Amino acid sequence: MPLIHLIAADGITHDLEAAAGQSLMQAAVAAGLGNIVGECGGAAMCATCHVYVDDAWLTRMPAMHENEDGMLDATSSPRQPNSRLSCQLRLEADWQGFVVRLPATQV
Amino acid sequence: MSAGAIVVVGGGHAGAQLCGALVAAGQGGRVHLVCEEPVLPYQRPPLSKGYQKSPDETLQWHRGPAWFDAQGITLHVADAAAAIDRAARRVTLASGRELDYEWLVLATGTRARGLPALPALPALPALPPLPTGLANVHVLRTAADAERLRTAWAATHDLMVLGGGFIGLEVAATARGLGKAVTVLESAPRLMQRSVSPELSAHVQDVHRASGIVLRLGTAVGGFELQGDRLVALRAGDERLAVDTLLLGIGAVPEHSLASAAGLACDNGIVVDEHMRTSDPAVLAIGDCTNFPEPTSGRRVRLESVQNANDQAKAAAATILGTPQPYHALPWFWSEQGALRLQMAGLMPAEGQRHRRPSVSPGTTTGTTPGSFSILHYAGARLVCVESVNAPVDHMAARKLLEQGIHPPPDQACDPATPLKQFLA
Repeated sequence: MPLIHLIAADGITHDLEAAAGQSLMQAAVAAGLGNIVGECGGAAMCATCHVYVDDAWLTRMPAMHENEDGMLDATSSPRQPNSRLSCQLRLEADWQGFVVRLPATQV
Repeated sequence: MSAGAIVVVGGGHAGAQLCGALVAAGQGGRVHLVCEEPVLPYQRPPLSKGYQKSPDETLQWHRGPAWFDAQGITLHVADAAAAIDRAARRVTLASGRELDYEWLVLATGTRARGLPALPALPALPALPPLPTGLANVHVLRTAADAERLRTAWAATHDLMVLGGGFIGLEVAATARGLGKAVTVLESAPRLMQRSVSPELSAHVQDVHRASGIVLRLGTAVGGFELQGDRLVALRAGDERLAVDTLLLGIGAVPEHSLASAAGLACDNGIVVDEHMRTSDPAVLAIGDCTNFPEPTSGRRVRLESVQNANDQAKAAAATILGTPQPYHALPWFWSEQGALRLQMAGLMPAEGQRHRRPSVSPGTTTGTTPGSFSILHYAGARLVCVESVNAPVDHMAARKLLEQGIHPPPDQACDPATPLKQFLA
């Protein structure tokens, strides 16, 4: 189970041990951790699970589908080059130490 | 007096969201969550899609077991609320357990409609209970329904779907993707007639037909034939339609038997005010089961959607916490049917004008594609509803326009070269 670090907008880091195979959004929401809402349950329909992926991890991220790309244009906090919807990031067993930063707002 | 218990009846989206909102306010220790199903609250939308496609797909919890425990929420799983004693402020569960409450919140949702009262052919002495009594007839509402349907795919060659609404069409598209022969029967002249515009119906019909799904519109079912524990055929006019596996997608009815028995006002759902209060101010109701004053249309409606469940839960939490806010959320909902992503913002007006906004293709500035567009509904000069097909950017911008009460003129709003969000303040 990879250990993931979620760095909130206020600088506080939440550590989350999560099983591979689920999305980052699912893991964070099930644990009630951090400012990830996931209103639509992972369908890339609401843009409320926005995260900023740590630069060191960008090359390991899955390719972005056009649905996600479109929804990222409508996030509450500004989109940046490292923005992703965490419902589209399925955790891999070797993502040990995966780091994402959370935006200040999701809705 | 210390704050008393908050008993939440129903472990769907609304109940789970309410738990989250109460925990955020530090009130988790007061909460009892009563879940009739034998599992923790889970996401329902995947049940008609991803969950059907793979036997390895598991339920997605709203919150994990450790979270409920850590927040001090008392769970009553696989236990239904059986009766409410409003004078004593007490709920009795099926297990016999009694819960005293300061606040009671009913989040009882809906139940899937069963086979309509059609004549069985030939006349049979007595009908078995439907549809659970029939081995090849399915509904899709709960995790148990979804598991039962998923188990049936292996032995299914043809899927017949009765009802061309969201759930029926989502399952139809999923089944087609699994290689099944699929037929959808709809009594209305077009799909999703109550929920979407004729233009959207027409597009969705074209896409489903192109994928090989047989749509029979304007087809009223007049009866069915049983053989043992199976429904083997439906009768439509003079035609006999053989059935292999049948999914009923003919809507849902609000689950308000508990509320009715307790003497709470019910009329197509549990009647609530803008603070989610029922006719008893200590009893609130939220989600699919409520008949509520919808602020954007000025009508009383009952809505079945994730958005409605989430936002009504937040409104109920505010009422309980003594900071009531009149419900003001914009309705929005979605449906994924194969590669079709339908997103709706606002409620369709009974009368109005509709305008089509093409979408600019990704990577181009002016190119458009027939598979991606929005229908903008105007009531006079007011933009009141936007339906989007595979156009998520327009949908999100439309939600903001509608929330902020911004009404761009139709000719400008339908120019694909101008992003909708450009009209935002």
